[in-house]
Amino acid sequence: MVHVSATPVLALRGVSKRFGAVQALTDVELEVHAGEVVALVGDNGAGKSTLVKTIAGVHPIDEGAIEWDGKAVSINKPHDAQHLGIATVYQDLALCDNIDVVGNLFLGRELRRRGVLDEVEMERRSRELLDTLSIRIPSVRIPIASLSGGQRQTVAIARSMLGEPKLVILDEPTAALGVEQTAQVLDLVERLRERGHAVILISHNMADVKAVADKVAVLRLGRNNGVFEVKSTSQEEIISAITGATDNAVTRRAARTNGEAQQ
Amino acid sequence: MSIDKTSATADQHIVENPDAAAGSDTAVDPRLLVREQGLAGYLNEFKRKIRGGDLGSIPVVIGLVVICITFQSLNSAFLSAKNLNDISVAMVATGMMSVGIIFVLLLGEIDLSVGSVSGVAGAIFAVLAVTHGMNEWLALIIAVVTGAAIGALHGFFFARIGAPAFAVTLAGLLFWNGFMLHLLGQNGTINLDSDGVVGKLTTYYFSDVAAAYGLAAAAVVLYFVTAFLDARRRDAAGVPSRPLSEIVLRTVLLAVVAFAAAVMFNQYKGLPLALLLFLVVLVSMDFLVRRTAYGRKVFALGGSVEASRRAGINVVAVRISVFALAGLFASVGGLFWASKIAAANQSAGSGDLLMNVIAAAVIGGTSLFGGRGRIWNALLGVMVITSIQYGLALEGTGAPIQYMITGAVLLATVLIDSVTRKTQRTAGRA
Repeated sequence: MVHVSATPVLALRGVSKRFGAVQALTDVELEVHAGEVVALVGDNGAGKSTLVKTIAGVHPIDEGAIEWDGKAVSINKPHDAQHLGIATVYQDLALCDNIDVVGNLFLGRELRRRGVLDEVEMERRSRELLDTLSIRIPSVRIPIASLSGGQRQTVAIARSMLGEPKLVILDEPTAALGVEQTAQVLDLVERLRERGHAVILISHNMADVKAVADKVAVLRLGRNNGVFEVKSTSQEEIISAITGATDNAVTRRAARTNGEAQQ
Repeated sequence: MSIDKTSATADQHIVENPDAAAGSDTAVDPRLLVREQGLAGYLNEFKRKIRGGDLGSIPVVIGLVVICITFQSLNSAFLSAKNLNDISVAMVATGMMSVGIIFVLLLGEIDLSVGSVSGVAGAIFAVLAVTHGMNEWLALIIAVVTGAAIGALHGFFFARIGAPAFAVTLAGLLFWNGFMLHLLGQNGTINLDSDGVVGKLTTYYFSDVAAAYGLAAAAVVLYFVTAFLDARRRDAAGVPSRPLSEIVLRTVLLAVVAFAAAVMFNQYKGLPLALLLFLVVLVSMDFLVRRTAYGRKVFALGGSVEASRRAGINVVAVRISVFALAGLFASVGGLFWASKIAAANQSAGSGDLLMNVIAAAVIGGTSLFGGRGRIWNALLGVMVITSIQYGLALEGTGAPIQYMITGAVLLATVLIDSVTRKTQRTAGRA
């Protein structure tokens, strides 16, 4: 078992967020410890992406508190989050199509040498990083536009690792990936945990969640709907927490297929 | 447990992406771009780029050659030292303004006010230096700073308030043209001292032959040394570098062009000051765009504003600074314009100037969609436009034909750009 710290790296206390007439998040609580992978699950529109964006500083919170290493902090800009040591890989990737792989990896934190971009060192470190993560792309000097969806995802994840963050947030990292690349990303997630990073993993894929997460936090309609230990929780329990009822399309389907199997 | 299996396998089928799966093949990936070493590898890389639609500056250079051959065959005075020298001085005003416009185009925006702002700068200088007798250097600095401030103001309305840049700068086009007419007052024309600082901008030549040759030699040596040191550092760090043969080839090409130009300048009056200043601006702005974090931010904004914001880039500040740069170079261009006609008059900054500035940037190869282009595009584009103007003037053809030809060239450039973009998309390099 991986060592888990006593004080959570990140703790959300009663966080609320509203967009005009829409209450996107209501009194959400969340704790993530170092060396722990917390899966954040919920149906479409449950508020997963909004929650991630509040942590990453894209949307500042309206109410509640964010604690970092036990101390209250305010995250109003993406820069605040970066400064604390939060790295985010977004669902919509957030890469610049016209800039090459090296440029994207170091976007916003370019290495400089006497005030000038240190392209050589950036390229060297990019290759090193991509090698250690066994990420294979045609060249580190071609624009992102030339890469396939899976390759872009691996570049985006690699980018989050550059700043040695304490907390990595992955927003549906495997949604666009093939079988082998999915496995590679899950390996990456485990490697992050082994190195003592805290990880928040958003996923619709229960197989992925069961494979790598330690805890599952369920969101439903912008509210907490339970936190489960992955080891001691069945998939059915998680799914019913996501859908909010024991009688729903998923359980009905389960009952039907069970019945068919028994016949 | 059956839910497990159905949901898991269903998910796997949905998420399966044929491209990604193909990419994860462990055999040698044919798409990996392994470049051979040496000159052969360089040529192969070049061919691959052309096939992929990455034409770079080739269409413009071919266009320039065609223009030269056409006008030379019509009138042998076109390639004379005097005419080429005149072209290289006349193009600087438009070229300076094009440099500023390229920054704005890199963001994927447009600045329609640069013509009017250039007129304001000329008028401010003339009023301060001639009418009020202020020190010429001080008047020049005030004119340039005013231009930058006007640009920053446009940038503020665009970046901070969120008004479309097109509308803000269209308003600026009208407003600043009126402001210039107001400054010039009833007379409408203020003649400049042709021996003053601004007067000399376009009339001073380094008549010593050593100036042009020295500049050419310095450029060649500097290029070779920086390219060579860069390649050595890359080798030391274990990242791919340019082979020595390629560096030598590029240096020789540069040397041929630089010394041919130097010989040409020395046959007439010598190296023009205006061109020297233009080259200094091109080199320094090219450095700013390609070698500094600021330039990287400008490119990033042209690629994806949201990605830039999430990377912690101060979007508002970069946008305002880019419009300030456009205003600054507009006023610099305005001063060269005033110098060329030795006066600040009511027609300054109007007419086809704005269109030529934008056309020069686009003809040079700057994308109108943002995120693609180089500062040197300004030089190539403005050479094309000014060559056409002077070539037609030698023929005694008036403005109507000149407008039509410039328009056709611009259309051809945009068409080439669109076609190559399509090729790039199919080659996966859009």
